[in-house]
Amino acid sequence: MASHAAQSAGHTTPHIVPKWLYFAVFFALVILTWVTTFVSTVDLGRWNIFVALAIAICKASLVVLFFMHVWYSTRLTKMIVVASIFWLILLLFLTMADIWTRTWMGVPGR
Amino acid sequence: MASHAVEDPHATQHATTVQHHFENADQQKDASTIGMWVFLVTEVMFFGGLFLAYFVYRQAYPAAFASASNNTNLLIGAANTTVLICSSLTMAFAVRSAALGKSNLIVLFLILTLLLGGTFLGVKAYEYHDKWVRHEVPGHNFDCRDESGKPCVDAGHTPLFFALYFGMTGLHATHMVVGVGIILFLISQARKGAYGAAWHTPVELFGLYWHFVDIVWIFLFPLLYLIDRSAVPK
Repeated sequence: MASHAAQSAGHTTPHIVPKWLYFAVFFALVILTWVTTFVSTVDLGRWNIFVALAIAICKASLVVLFFMHVWYSTRLTKMIVVASIFWLILLLFLTMADIWTRTWMGVPGR
Repeated sequence: MASHAVEDPHATQHATTVQHHFENADQQKDASTIGMWVFLVTEVMFFGGLFLAYFVYRQAYPAAFASASNNTNLLIGAANTTVLICSSLTMAFAVRSAALGKSNLIVLFLILTLLLGGTFLGVKAYEYHDKWVRHEVPGHNFDCRDESGKPCVDAGHTPLFFALYFGMTGLHATHMVVGVGIILFLISQARKGAYGAAWHTPVELFGLYWHFVDIVWIFLFPLLYLIDRSAVPK
C-alpha cells in the first residue's frame, strides 16, 4: 500500500532525462549547424535548398522530441504537435502548389 | 500507511497549490502543458505566414533573392546559431534542475540562458547595424551591392528579400526580447525558492517557449543565409 502511494506520488515528478542525452542532442545540433554551413558553400544546384531544409528538420525534430520533452509527453500533447505540423504543411504546400503550377499553362490573368 | 509518500517536503509544501477545478496536480500540470502547446501552435501559424511569404517571393524573384542573400555574413550566422543552441542546452538544464528541486542550479542555468540569449541579440544588433551602414534597409536610401561594389542582380526586387529578412529576424528577435523579460521574472522567483520538484510549471513552460524560438531560428538560418550561397547569379 505504501509502495502504491509512493508510486502515485512519484507520478507528479516529471520524467528526468539523463544528462548525457541533453549533451548528445546538443553536440548533434552544433555539428549539424556547421555541416549545413559547410554544405551551403558546395554547389549542389537545386539540391542545396533540400539538403539545408532536411538538416533543419532533423535539428528541429531533436529539439522538439528531447529538449521539449515531446518524446515523454502525453498522447494529447503529441497530437497537438503533429496537428500544428500538418496545418503548417497545408498552409505552405497548398499555396505553393498554386504558385508553382500557374506558369504551366498560358492562363489569362495569371 | 502512505506516510512515505507524504514525507517529500516539496510535495507537502505545494499540496495546496492545486486549484479547486482540478482533480490533482497531474491534471493541473497536463492542462498547463497543453495550453502552452496550443499557444505554440498559434505561433507556428504566425511565423508560418512569414515563411510562406518568403517562399512565394523567392519563387517569383529567384535571382534577386540569391543575389541579396549572399550579402548576409555566413560565419556570423553560423556562430550565432551555435550561441542559440547553447542557450537551449542551458534552458533544458534549468528545467531539469527544477524537476530535481535544485533551486541554486535553476538560478545558475537561467542566468546562463539569459547571457547567451543576450549575446545572440547583441550579434543580431551588430548585423542590423552592418546592414544599415551598407544601405540594405529597404526605403529611400536602399542600395544592394555585392562585395566588389557591383549592384545586385535584379536589384529592383532585392528590397523584398531584405524586407523579409528584417521582418522575420525582427519578429524572432522580438520573441527573444520578450523571453529575456520572462527569464528575469523567473530568476527573481527562483531566487525566492518558488520552484521545487513538485511544482515548477512556469520554468518548464517557459522552456517550451524558448526552445520554440530556437526552432524558428533553425529554419531562418538556412533560408536567409545558406540556400543560395553557392549559386550567385551572374
